[in-house]
Amino acid sequence: MFVIPDRFSYTVAHSVEEAVELLHTLEDSKVLAGGQSLIPFMKLGYASPKSLVDINRIPNLDYLDDSGESLKIGALTRISRLCDSELVAKDYPLIHDAALQIADPLVRNLGTFGGNVCHADMGDDLPAVCLAMNAEMVASGPSGQRVLAAKDFFVDRFTTLLASDELLTEVRIPKNRRGCGGAYLKLERRVGDYAIVGVAAQLEVDGDGVCRSVGIGLTSASTKPIKASEAESWLVGKSLSDEVLDKASTLAMNTSNPLSDIRGPAEYKKAMVKVLTHRALKLAYKRARGGL
Amino acid sequence: MTEVPVIHGMGSAVKRKEDVRFIQGRDTYVDDISLPGMVYLDFVRSPYAHARIRSISTERAKGAPGVVAVITGKDLQPLGLDWIPTLSGDKMMVLPTEKVVFQMQEVVGVVAESRYAAADAVKLVEVDYEPLPVVTDPKKALEEGSPIVREDKRTNHVFHWEAGDREATDRLFEQADVVVGQDMYYQRIHVSYMEPCGCVAYYDSVKGTPTIWMTTQAPHVVRTVASLITKIPENKIRIISPDIGGGFGGKVYVYPGSIVAAVASIVTGRPVKWVNDRSDDHPSTAFARDFHMRAELAAKRDGTLLAFRVKAVSDHGAFFGDANPSKFPFGLFSICTGSYDLKAAFVEVDGAYTNKPQGGIAYRCSFRVTEAVYAIERLVDIMAHRLGIDPAELRLKNFIPPEKFPYRSVMGWVYDSGNYAGALRKAMEKIGYEELRREQEEKRKRGELMGIGISSFTEIVGAGPSHTFDILGIKMFGSAEIRIHPTGKVIARFGTRSQGQGHETTYAQIIAEELGIPIEDITVEEGDTDTAPYGLGTYASRSTPTAGAAAAVASRKIREKAKKIAAHLLEAREEDVVWERGRFYVKGAPAKYKTIQEVAFAAYTNHPPGMEAGLEAVHYYDPPNMTFPFGSYICVVDIDRGTGEAKVRRFVAVDDCGNIINPLIVDGQIHGGLTMGFGTAFMEEIGYDQDGNIYGANFMDYTIPTAVETPKWETDKTVTPSPHHPLGAKGVGESATVGSPAAFVNAVVDALWPLGVTHIDMPLYPWKIRRLLEEKGYALDK
Ligand SMILES: Cc1cc2nc3c(=O)[nH]c(=O)nc-3n(C[C@H](O)[C@H](O)[C@H](O)COP(=O)(O)OP(=O)(O)OC[C@H]3O[C@@H](n4cnc5c(N)ncnc54)[C@H](O)[C@@H]3O)c2cc1C
Repeated sequence: MFVIPDRFSYTVAHSVEEAVELLHTLEDSKVLAGGQSLIPFMKLGYASPKSLVDINRIPNLDYLDDSGESLKIGALTRISRLCDSELVAKDYPLIHDAALQIADPLVRNLGTFGGNVCHADMGDDLPAVCLAMNAEMVASGPSGQRVLAAKDFFVDRFTTLLASDELLTEVRIPKNRRGCGGAYLKLERRVGDYAIVGVAAQLEVDGDGVCRSVGIGLTSASTKPIKASEAESWLVGKSLSDEVLDKASTLAMNTSNPLSDIRGPAEYKKAMVKVLTHRALKLAYKRARGGL
Repeated sequence: MTEVPVIHGMGSAVKRKEDVRFIQGRDTYVDDISLPGMVYLDFVRSPYAHARIRSISTERAKGAPGVVAVITGKDLQPLGLDWIPTLSGDKMMVLPTEKVVFQMQEVVGVVAESRYAAADAVKLVEVDYEPLPVVTDPKKALEEGSPIVREDKRTNHVFHWEAGDREATDRLFEQADVVVGQDMYYQRIHVSYMEPCGCVAYYDSVKGTPTIWMTTQAPHVVRTVASLITKIPENKIRIISPDIGGGFGGKVYVYPGSIVAAVASIVTGRPVKWVNDRSDDHPSTAFARDFHMRAELAAKRDGTLLAFRVKAVSDHGAFFGDANPSKFPFGLFSICTGSYDLKAAFVEVDGAYTNKPQGGIAYRCSFRVTEAVYAIERLVDIMAHRLGIDPAELRLKNFIPPEKFPYRSVMGWVYDSGNYAGALRKAMEKIGYEELRREQEEKRKRGELMGIGISSFTEIVGAGPSHTFDILGIKMFGSAEIRIHPTGKVIARFGTRSQGQGHETTYAQIIAEELGIPIEDITVEEGDTDTAPYGLGTYASRSTPTAGAAAAVASRKIREKAKKIAAHLLEAREEDVVWERGRFYVKGAPAKYKTIQEVAFAAYTNHPPGMEAGLEAVHYYDPPNMTFPFGSYICVVDIDRGTGEAKVRRFVAVDDCGNIINPLIVDGQIHGGLTMGFGTAFMEEIGYDQDGNIYGANFMDYTIPTAVETPKWETDKTVTPSPHHPLGAKGVGESATVGSPAAFVNAVVDALWPLGVTHIDMPLYPWKIRRLLEEKGYALDK
């Protein structure tokens, strides 16, 4: 059974407006970005869109811009660019950690930030990062632009708030200030695999080490990317002692609802949410305090 | 007179000759072969593990664009090709007519002008299935009332096999001070070669000659069997095994794809290509292992090992197709007394049919030796821990001592040579064993989990002596045919087939050593049944022990004749001519000599009167015995009490494969084998759910190690030559895959032993270790 996709039409969009127009008019259409999730899905018959709209030739969708209020990441920014960027490595260790652990160099050269979050699988790593960093997702549709909060964006497995004729153009990440630190820890069967469980932690602490704000996003901890909100609320205003972290990681674990699958039984994954949350917070804290 | 050039004979770590073409992508794999008018074969595969076929409708597919033929089991029936014999005296379905017996089984072949047209038409074939109850567990398959996989057999019981002395063994167990036992499952895995299986079949209807280029490790066997089944004269059938991207045992088989492609070529009159996609190959081609065993070891209180016994059930899938020598339905498992001087042993194995693909292949293993080594090495470790004796010490106490070789084991094998303590001591020294044990002691006090695992394996390879070894009646000799051209260059052909082992270099080095001709001047060819001498192919580490020996003996025959010619040229008596690598001279006058090249030229231009012209020889080598490579591996792991991950910190491998032909190639084989053993121990598994749905059917689900997680291998060697091999060499291709899994498991269990853990089945997934840590109250939540 030679594994090939069903028949589909293919159109190149040259601007955001054209892409939106095409998505709106073409029958059963899908955006094609790096194709590293969509093409395997089509090949394996999990998805059979009738038309693809290729956005790779749209100019100016591939950027990292921290000149304004937030770090703006263009939807077409390749994951490899996140790995190579000094800015990301220095100021956004959480993103850097995650990017380096996504797939392999070949996939990272093609896979995009936008594609990773729009695919919205429970095992994609960047959704958890967006959740932890309270990112904003900027979308363009036939009726113009709208900005969506990451915490609302991930509706279900493979489902986001985007309408089928909407294009994600940008992700905005609050700028890291002094006292901010983040970390992404991922447990995987072998390098390049999707997470057994991944935990994204982003912290801001004051001079006394008291937590001002915190974000925790979980990968493969439910059928969709989720935010450990109870743990976040518990941590704010507290010094991050081991006991406090214990409680926070227990809360994160209780938020999770992983599936048993080839990557491990649900109980194990739950336990790993706890272990990794503890470790990720600890590392994020260390970084926030100026350590590595 | 010319200087004797550098020849790169025995022991030279010369780079592999064939790698130039592999690295530059100038190799020719089956899928690189393209013939004019070629069409493509694709398969409808079964979604069910067990189902009756109510009907098959091919009309829509036949009418689809580009389709040239659709072939079903019913079409094969009149040709007698709907079932074909397996290598173990059973038979296997090519295409089903009544029912399917495993998921992803080939059901209907569709041939079309392009791969894409074939794939599209596959979706148009309508098969009406009536699902039947499924059995995937071999133990359940042997129970009363289980669904029957094979209606032609009426039972799922394939064979019962015993070896050793039951009474003597049981008696020793009764008298023993200490008995340990363990249930273990050696999981089903796939060899995961880089190149999936495939072929290009072309039947020339004018000449009546089928030619098949196929991914096969044993082309001659395929030719003979094909001729016997089809009655096509054997001289008309040509099987060509081009470059092969890894075989590891999985390409000893003839799969339905090749049969259907050959038939399709006869039907269409066109060349037909079939190449499995990875998602086709992994779930439908032969598996390895899948072996449930209970192993027990008896000892005296002082640590003297007495007897070993194993009772096991092996899962063979729907057809019994193990590529075993005829007399050994469960391979060479009776090597399971390993490196130890035991007084008795007994094994019994029952084979079962299940709704899974066939296999039980010798995956980088000489016929079930991997399972045997795993059994004994695990049990020796368990015994050591039970007795409170260091596992290294217990091994050293019980090894067969060097002076006992040749050693007849209680199972009847005669081990050719060995120095087991030498290898273990070297490994211990290299890794700093005593120091590591001290470190472990301290870490334990701090609650840190560190383990040290040893495996001191003995292999049995080089099948094999004709008195004992045959496949389908054909004796397992090795063959070489060497011809020296007038200019002193060489073509050498062999009945084996390299799949990446480096034969083009190794064989050339053997000939270089024996004839003094540089390896660059020696072309090695294998794999074409029209040109190569008859041979049983490459698997079970048999090439160097058999064909390598044949190369040496054939070279020596050539040297005998060359000596006569040299005497003629030197105007001396043959008895006075002395051979020194690459030249002949007259005794006492080394300055006056003839090079082998000069002699070769004379063989065609100036040979002695009364002598046949030419310089060539053929040898069919019947090994007097098997060879018994061995080694000691030591592995150090650290366990994360939070995640349950076991990280291999160090791994020392001391191997002994007798005299070494090319150390670089040997090292490469060991590195590759260790990595495969590592994959087996930590991550590889093909599993099935109750309905026979496979998981682990592609490389997203079935994980094999990458360079990132593969430990750094520290290799070393001892050299104990084989006394009966012409070069003193033994096989090495499989030692590391055979020997290493037990070392990894022993290390992890060693770390957990104080918590009361005696065994963990592979793969050593972190979740399994974590579960044990939780059970023992030792898991951390941070
Ligand atoms: C072997 C392999 C291993 C992998 N391992 C990992 C891993 O460990 N972790 C991980 O996170 N990912 C992993 N991936 C996935 C890879 O990172 C993603 O494929 C990639 O990030 C998705 O981006 P893409 O540009 O390729 O998206 P595409 O495949 O092009 O698209 C994915 C989905 O998003 C939609 N989409 C894309 N861009 C937009 C947009 N701008 N607006 C609206 N919709 C859009 C598409 O329509 C499609 O539905 C792996 C992939 C492979 C092939």
